[in-house]
Amino acid sequence: MMRHLLSIDDLERSDLDELLDLGESFLAVTRRDIPKVPALRGKTVVSLFYEDSTRTRLSFETAAKRLSADTMAFSVSGSSVAKGESLRDTVQTIEAMGVDAVVVRHPSAGAPHRVATWIDAAVVNAGDGRHEHPTQALLDALTLRRHRGIGLDGARVAIIGDARHSRVARSTAKAFAALGAEVTLVGPPTLLPESLIGWPVATTGDFDELLPSLDVVYLLRIQHERQDATLFPSLREYTTRYGLTVERAARLKPDTLIMHPGPMNRGVEIAAELAEGPGSVITEQVANGVAVRMAVLYQLLGTGAPVA
Amino acid sequence: MPESLLVRGGRVVDATGERAADVLIEAGVVVAVEPGLHGDETLDAAGCVVAPGLVDLHTHLREPGHEEAETIETGARAAARGGFTAVVAMPNTEPAQDDPAVVAAVLAAGARSTCDVRAAGCITRGRRGTDLAPMGELHALGVRVFTDDGACVESAAMMRRALEYAGSLPGAVVAQHAEDAALCEGGHMHEGEWSSRLGIPGRPAVAEVSVVARDCLLAELTGTPVHFLHVSTEGAIALIRDAKQRGLPVTAEAAPHHFTLTDAECASFDPMFKVHPPLRSAADVAAVKIGLADGTIDAIATDHAPHAPETKERPFEEAPPGMLGLETALGLTLTELVEPGVVSLSDALALLSWRPAAVAGLVDHGGPVAPGRPAHLVVFDPAATWTVDPARLASKARNTPYPGRTLTGRVRHTLRAGEPVVIDGEAQR
Amino acid sequence: MSAPDAAQPNPQDPATREGGRFVFRARVFSPEDLRRAHTRIAHEIVERNHGAEQLVLVGLYTRGVAIARRLGEVIAGFEGLEVAVGSLDVAFYRDDIGLRPVQPLGTTEVPVDVGGRTVVLVDDVLFTGRTVRAALDALTELGRPRAVQLAVLVDRGHRELPIRADFVGKNLPTKRAEDVRVRLAEVDGTEDGIELWGPADPAGEEEA
Repeated sequence: MMRHLLSIDDLERSDLDELLDLGESFLAVTRRDIPKVPALRGKTVVSLFYEDSTRTRLSFETAAKRLSADTMAFSVSGSSVAKGESLRDTVQTIEAMGVDAVVVRHPSAGAPHRVATWIDAAVVNAGDGRHEHPTQALLDALTLRRHRGIGLDGARVAIIGDARHSRVARSTAKAFAALGAEVTLVGPPTLLPESLIGWPVATTGDFDELLPSLDVVYLLRIQHERQDATLFPSLREYTTRYGLTVERAARLKPDTLIMHPGPMNRGVEIAAELAEGPGSVITEQVANGVAVRMAVLYQLLGTGAPVA
Repeated sequence: MPESLLVRGGRVVDATGERAADVLIEAGVVVAVEPGLHGDETLDAAGCVVAPGLVDLHTHLREPGHEEAETIETGARAAARGGFTAVVAMPNTEPAQDDPAVVAAVLAAGARSTCDVRAAGCITRGRRGTDLAPMGELHALGVRVFTDDGACVESAAMMRRALEYAGSLPGAVVAQHAEDAALCEGGHMHEGEWSSRLGIPGRPAVAEVSVVARDCLLAELTGTPVHFLHVSTEGAIALIRDAKQRGLPVTAEAAPHHFTLTDAECASFDPMFKVHPPLRSAADVAAVKIGLADGTIDAIATDHAPHAPETKERPFEEAPPGMLGLETALGLTLTELVEPGVVSLSDALALLSWRPAAVAGLVDHGGPVAPGRPAHLVVFDPAATWTVDPARLASKARNTPYPGRTLTGRVRHTLRAGEPVVIDGEAQR
Repeated sequence: MSAPDAAQPNPQDPATREGGRFVFRARVFSPEDLRRAHTRIAHEIVERNHGAEQLVLVGLYTRGVAIARRLGEVIAGFEGLEVAVGSLDVAFYRDDIGLRPVQPLGTTEVPVDVGGRTVVLVDDVLFTGRTVRAALDALTELGRPRAVQLAVLVDRGHRELPIRADFVGKNLPTKRAEDVRVRLAEVDGTEDGIELWGPADPAGEEEA
């Protein structure tokens, strides 16, 4: 039984299917007039975010509230590190308040794994450095599954952009592959992983060659703030080589799905008109995010798994 | 101190060979080495190896500046428990050992401790890599090892000037922390399979190899000895091997963790496994062992790097690099190198004692165990096993990556100039 | 009976019966008995409510859904009108979440607005009453019915909440450790029927 959700690696195919099935159930709940069930009444979920992410935090808090759990937010600016309190002290303080789950977002890889070794509460990784973002992968998988059916067998997925520095790419590629999709990372070598061991993917630098065969185009956000690292010469050149432009979109199959973890840079990795176009499932991803996070919290706190 | 002290019943191993013999010590000096001796007091060495005390070329004692992690006193005690009778104290203290006053203070505190503490001096002021430290003044205080350890001397021009200048200081060796900072920028572990799996930014092997290549050329150009600290990569070791074959004045050391642990340990995200240079691939670990076995690497040096506990309770990327080494070095050497037959026991002692003593110009240390020599000795049981318990370390810090690991080879006694500073594994002061 | 109704962290309880071995004890209903029970309950429902126009039959997963559909067909047969039939999954409303794995069994689908109508909740076996309690909560979030009634094929006693059925196929006194198993062709792929099962080792079995 799942105690924490730290990495997609921790999930067997059957665990993934179970979480996604549960996600479907909660998606039905979220579509009701009263999108709330009493399942986690009396449980407390705290979000511990060492990195700004209003979207992810709101999604988790909404999920917890729709399960009737109590929520607390512990926002940490970089300065509290300067104040000298170690991560361990912080989480042990929070646990002493009596919490059942801690949702951790941290700029350093593995921080949620460390937290899980220090406390009894369930730990959910809400994004750790460049490492993983497992609930993003689950919502992506749920979105894709709702369009493709339970198995993703043989679905051809291209993930375009800075996979090397992306926790989303690492988690989503692994989840898609575990569900049977064929995943290709697309980008210049400066944006592709240094080693592909442990990545169930192929890579290419040639986006155009792939276009006609793709079932899913998954665009990663280009981080403007990392521009000084000179991973590529300019945004203009990036868009020219790897952006999903209207011209490239015309070469996709008519039913190819367009996904993006948000927030989008319109006109950079994706043309503005495509973001709202017929193939785009980007807003569905957001809605599905609440449902899979409900599924994760329910599975961690509602199954009666013994808490050690 | 008693009139005479007898180390009885052991097997003496030094650079001259090995024999069963008692060792008689008077006034801190070995006076006789032969079977059947008598003394006023006796230390039992039955079943043990009696060897010249171990010499660590690479110890961070943290004083001055970070006494919460280690002090000269506690670090020297840890050294003694580990069988070391001399350590070279790295200069990345705060303030740095780039000034005669700081070095003199370290030496004075070392003189009161249970180990012979030799201070290394900085190559550049504040280890900033821009202006030469007063190497001549430091040399006059006895400093022989110059290094900016923790930082690489980045500029080839600066390194060239340091080597040229040090050429005028007899016995001086310039020790390089070979990691190109630009290639390592933002990196926290070895770049490769595991960094890619774990999403931890990497420090590539080429960062070490490229600096070693450059500095071998500068050693050739200037003729001044260059010592490579904690070499960890297959590529660097191959370059050093070539340089030595060409007769260049280069030496190298390797740390126990670089022949014991691989980067796969980082999968726990436990910052106990964070160190610079980082834990490398299995191929690099194998290359370090070959380099130790074939003589390319001159010394096993601990890179003992104490950190206060709370600093290792941060996430991997935010924790400081470094791990303890003094109290586990002998056990790891015997367990990882001698037991599997990578090196013989006497070669292991060469790597831990007389060869590093030669690199640092410590003429009193490294043996041989012979009449007239200072009685800096270690007595250890090469067959005894023990389990590493962080709570029982003499070091002030607890950041060992080996808790629970069972090691073969345990220090029984350590004698510093005839003074038994460790008896039956217990520090005496 | 439906497994979720039996859930308690009690070694005596059928919820933990997966550990022990159960043996067949008696056949309570034949296929014909079951058909007659459906017919009778359908008539009682219509009679009590003076017709079927404002009714919604809402089955509880898993077998309650099938029974609700059957009742709907019977009523349609003699009343000549389609009765609204829905399904309700009560998993997220249960009070034993966190004590054992509770997974959803199906999708809640009620085809009409329950507001102002009479809802007849339908289940196979009424036991502790906890499933029905959860169903009442789940129903509340769908709207405000004029009235809620309960129809079950078997009432086997051992209530833990103040809940009673309005329409009962058979009152069947049981021991707590026993198990009532309703078989429905469309769910179980077997012949219709109701069976009483009990632990292979009856030692420690409480009297009803």
